Amino acid sequence: MSNAESNKEYWRWTESRYTNPDLNWKDVDIISAGVDVGSVSTQAVIMVDGKIYCYSSMRTGSDSPDSANNAMDWALDGTGLSLDKIQYIVGTGYGRVNVSFAKRAITEIACHARGANFIYGPEIRTVLDMGGQDCKAIRCDQRGKVTAFLMNDKCAAGTGRGMEVFADLLQVHINDVGKMSLEVEEEPEPVSSTCVVFAKSEAVGLLRKGWPKEKVLAAYCSAMAHRVVTLLLRLGIEEKFAITGGIAKNIGVVKRIEDELKLKAPEPSIDPQLAGAIGAALFAKALVEKERKKS
Amino acid sequence: MITAGIDCGSKNTKVCIVKEGVVLSTASVLSGFDQEESAEQALKSALEKAGIKREEIEHITATGAGMEAIKFSHNTITTITADARGTYSIFPSARTIIDIGAEEGLVIKIDDKGKVKDFGINEKCAAGAGAFIEAMSRALEVDIENMGELSLKSAKQIPINAQCTIFAESEVVSLIHQKTLKEDIIRAVHDAIADRNTSMVRQIGIEKDVALIGGVANNIGFVDSMNRNLGFGLLVPKDGVAPEYVSALGAALVAQDKIGGY
Repeated sequence: MSNAESNKEYWRWTESRYTNPDLNWKDVDIISAGVDVGSVSTQAVIMVDGKIYCYSSMRTGSDSPDSANNAMDWALDGTGLSLDKIQYIVGTGYGRVNVSFAKRAITEIACHARGANFIYGPEIRTVLDMGGQDCKAIRCDQRGKVTAFLMNDKCAAGTGRGMEVFADLLQVHINDVGKMSLEVEEEPEPVSSTCVVFAKSEAVGLLRKGWPKEKVLAAYCSAMAHRVVTLLLRLGIEEKFAITGGIAKNIGVVKRIEDELKLKAPEPSIDPQLAGAIGAALFAKALVEKERKKS
Repeated sequence: MITAGIDCGSKNTKVCIVKEGVVLSTASVLSGFDQEESAEQALKSALEKAGIKREEIEHITATGAGMEAIKFSHNTITTITADARGTYSIFPSARTIIDIGAEEGLVIKIDDKGKVKDFGINEKCAAGAGAFIEAMSRALEVDIENMGELSLKSAKQIPINAQCTIFAESEVVSLIHQKTLKEDIIRAVHDAIADRNTSMVRQIGIEKDVALIGGVANNIGFVDSMNRNLGFGLLVPKDGVAPEYVSALGAALVAQDKIGGY
């Protein structure tokens, strides 16, 4: 293996930004924004009258205030829109108190439910948010209002960070992990260790035994699916059920969650990693409307 | 009457050879993929050190996570039994034993005859085991052997909030970015793992004296954190048998009992 290849960062997922070409911020009523500073990724979404105008999604750096600023700058890049024209900004996520330009901070649980309602529609009652360093099972009503939730933020098993560790170990790009894990003829036994550190040693053992990468990934994806299904079952599932967060893009995990639950999660029309920031931007819009009513 | 104890740990395989209750030699090799082969090598090296032949060993007892793989052993015993036997032979006053290995932590309570009364075990999570310190030493780029000494230089208390090893690693990296002194971070690492283990000990109940064994007991910084957290000094094997060999010693002593005792 060449040196450059061995230094490759397999965990590094693709950062992205987008502007909706059909929308113009100049002739709209409300411009609102949501910034979701997660432990691993940060998203900024700017909405015009409740429609997504532009967004950015990037890796959270070691400094939360900088990450919020960078994500907002990148989202605004090339749009001609500036921060002072946004009427209301809501911060959310693990680093929500560090969004200096936000008027208010709202928990990511509320924002994810609201965002899932926007992405997947009002019939969603259960949301599984699989983030970088935590995993939440959320129940909500037809308006996307949270009615109950459970979360694991103590352990990397069942989170995106755990998947990054495996991408690195197997030298498979994180974007390809899910697809590759489905390239097995027969589903192997799931990795038996819960702890990611131990699961990693277990995987090394399996590789030495001659298991191909896809089989090891299948074993890990199904262990991860099983772990989050336990959380969902503890909360109780009401249909319809949807998945948000970065892992929602991992088909290997999603497919196995669906199989275990015997339920289908709808395919997202919008990047499901944006759910938190979308929810925050929608709350920001509602807050503008509330302020108007008052005055 | 010569016997051998083999402790097949998740990281290292340790062998202890005993003659009439006295330790002749010890040896350790990395537990590779083939655990029986690792045990074979460790035994060979211990035999060389003791200057005896394989045929002179009358009984071999295996213990530890991989003990089932050692086909040439005469019998197997649990880590709990081995730890109790080994520790009691070194510290007859010990009533509580804490064994912290690479991938698990154990607390064992024994009576004044060395008999096991109760025990607790963590084998599910790396946060309370040697693997935690190992992961942090990698993140800090400090040799694991130097972690103990360095942390003793620190007088500062910094909390590590993350429980999980994977998350704690990111926390350590951000402490490095904040230019926190390495020795202060290392102390924080030792305090964090000590905290997890002392809460496990408290759950079982502390009865003095308390002995600390297992490879992690070689880390003087960790021992210091444990002593501070508990408010009293732990007994750590120093002369004769190193802390990571106590389990293998226990197995060898049980083997002695098997063939008629010494």
